[in-house]
Amino acid sequence: MGNYYQPEIECASREQIRAWQDERLVKQVKHVYDNVPYYRKKMEEKGVTPDDIKSTADLHKLPFITKDDLRDAYPYGLVAVPLKDCVRIHSTSGTTGRRVVAFYTQHDIDLWDDCCARAIMAAGGTNEDVVHVSYGFGLFTGGAGLNGGSHKVGALTIPMSSGNTDRQIQFMIDLESTIICCTPSYAAFLGESIAERGLKDQLKLKSGIFGAEAWTQEMRRDIENSLGIKAYDIYGLTEISGPGVAFECEAQTGMHINEDHFIAEIIDPETGEVLPEGEKGELVFTSITKEAFPLLRYRTKDICVLNREKCSCGRTHVKMSKPMGRSDDMLIVKGVNVFPSQIETVLLNKGYAANYQIIVDRVNNSDQIEVKVEMTPEMFSDSLTEITGKEKELVNALKAMLGIYAKVTLVAPKTIARSEGKAVRIIDNRKLY
Amino acid sequence: MTVKQISVFIENRPGRLAEFADIFSKNNINMRAMNIAETPDFGVLRIIVDDPFNAANVIKDAGYIASVTNVLAVAIPDQPGSLLSILTLIGENDINLEYTYAFPTREKDTAYMIMRVLENEKAIQVLSQNGVKLISQEELLKLY
Ligand SMILES: [Zn+2]
Repeated sequence: MGNYYQPEIECASREQIRAWQDERLVKQVKHVYDNVPYYRKKMEEKGVTPDDIKSTADLHKLPFITKDDLRDAYPYGLVAVPLKDCVRIHSTSGTTGRRVVAFYTQHDIDLWDDCCARAIMAAGGTNEDVVHVSYGFGLFTGGAGLNGGSHKVGALTIPMSSGNTDRQIQFMIDLESTIICCTPSYAAFLGESIAERGLKDQLKLKSGIFGAEAWTQEMRRDIENSLGIKAYDIYGLTEISGPGVAFECEAQTGMHINEDHFIAEIIDPETGEVLPEGEKGELVFTSITKEAFPLLRYRTKDICVLNREKCSCGRTHVKMSKPMGRSDDMLIVKGVNVFPSQIETVLLNKGYAANYQIIVDRVNNSDQIEVKVEMTPEMFSDSLTEITGKEKELVNALKAMLGIYAKVTLVAPKTIARSEGKAVRIIDNRKLY
Repeated sequence: MTVKQISVFIENRPGRLAEFADIFSKNNINMRAMNIAETPDFGVLRIIVDDPFNAANVIKDAGYIASVTNVLAVAIPDQPGSLLSILTLIGENDINLEYTYAFPTREKDTAYMIMRVLENEKAIQVLSQNGVKLISQEELLKLY
């Protein structure tokens, strides 16, 4: 049996979870309708009133809310409590348009910290651990979330933030950090840096909690080997709260969604119809306990599958698969849907580093895709024939995965920037909009 | 009877080779022979130096990807047809010659070539039996 932060909630019966959701949803819809004119207008446009929502079975009657709504309503248009009751904001690292700003009351932060505490304990954390938080602190939710969760667990928390790799490693060794929390690309970079310095033996790390960007099973194994840990996935988004909306348990067969706070639905991204249990589609969240910034039916753009099968860890909350792609990140090249995660899988399978860059261009009205990959000592040879042969293999494997030809360019090691926040892997030079 | 060649991965962009030469001059590494094989995107620089182990460490420390390979250093008498007869010998014995390049010296009556074959043992045997002179790393250092 597992290590739980709130066993009575995390292992509650399905009936109990459903009862919490029904009651909280009804209350939340009323709260939003009464206090957020933007939402009231959207509901009126759809002809729905709070009286129509009697339980989670009525959830589908509510309108969706999207990132565009968040931008339209920027900055205060979706805040549901007086500003004097808000204590903090966080903001997404959006690449285009207005930033999204999310608001929190102290109560909201407490519940968010609880979610992160569940994640840390699921990764084996206790009050005897030293939790090394290398997510960025600041507007990004990563640092604050795991930091707060670690406090709730009662672990000794090191608010490292990102950057300064030498200092990170020094603290990790001197303070005997046992759990590391950061983005997977930064974890991979730390692993490489530690290997270069020959310091792996001096680490006391046992597990790591990694999220905020896409990563693959292969990357998980790489990180686990280089840091000597078990690597756990965590999921979240600023709009809903931050990391900890869902987290992985020791079974590592999906992430348990904290259903006492968030109701998950899977919809067809084209039609908006709710899809039957187990089908792949866009993940939609309704936050039922948030006070300051409650979102009803927020479209995450993440494509995944929900799984309600009983989990060996004892938790009863539904599990979501690792997102299989983001409709945001999804590139349409020559009419084919391309997800960066597919490219990453191929690279790792073929022995290349997980660091890569995708460049899309339009030449003579035809889309071209190029994948820049860093050369590794293992893939290098004095023979050009051998290198170009391996390059050709990679091109063929990419073609098999993507269905289209992608040019491969081998570049020198460490020339593709590693991001300490969200990795910027795609450069789309097509002027399509 | 082989010599050590260092191969380095370099990107095809302006200044890349100069950066590399700069590292060598700063570390007093004496480059004795050099060859570059290229594609439009990258190249493999192959070099013969006096102290291959030191040079390989310097190159790796500078962040380059490098490997050390055993290659043949073949003495070619300065007479018409001698290179052809050696290449014929290699071809007739089904030895795969991957690439070859000149090893410049000041000697007047012998030229030296670096040859990368896939089967070193077999090539050494065939060439020696046919009176072709191969030189070792130590002998190489004495050549100027
Ligand atoms: Zn579980």
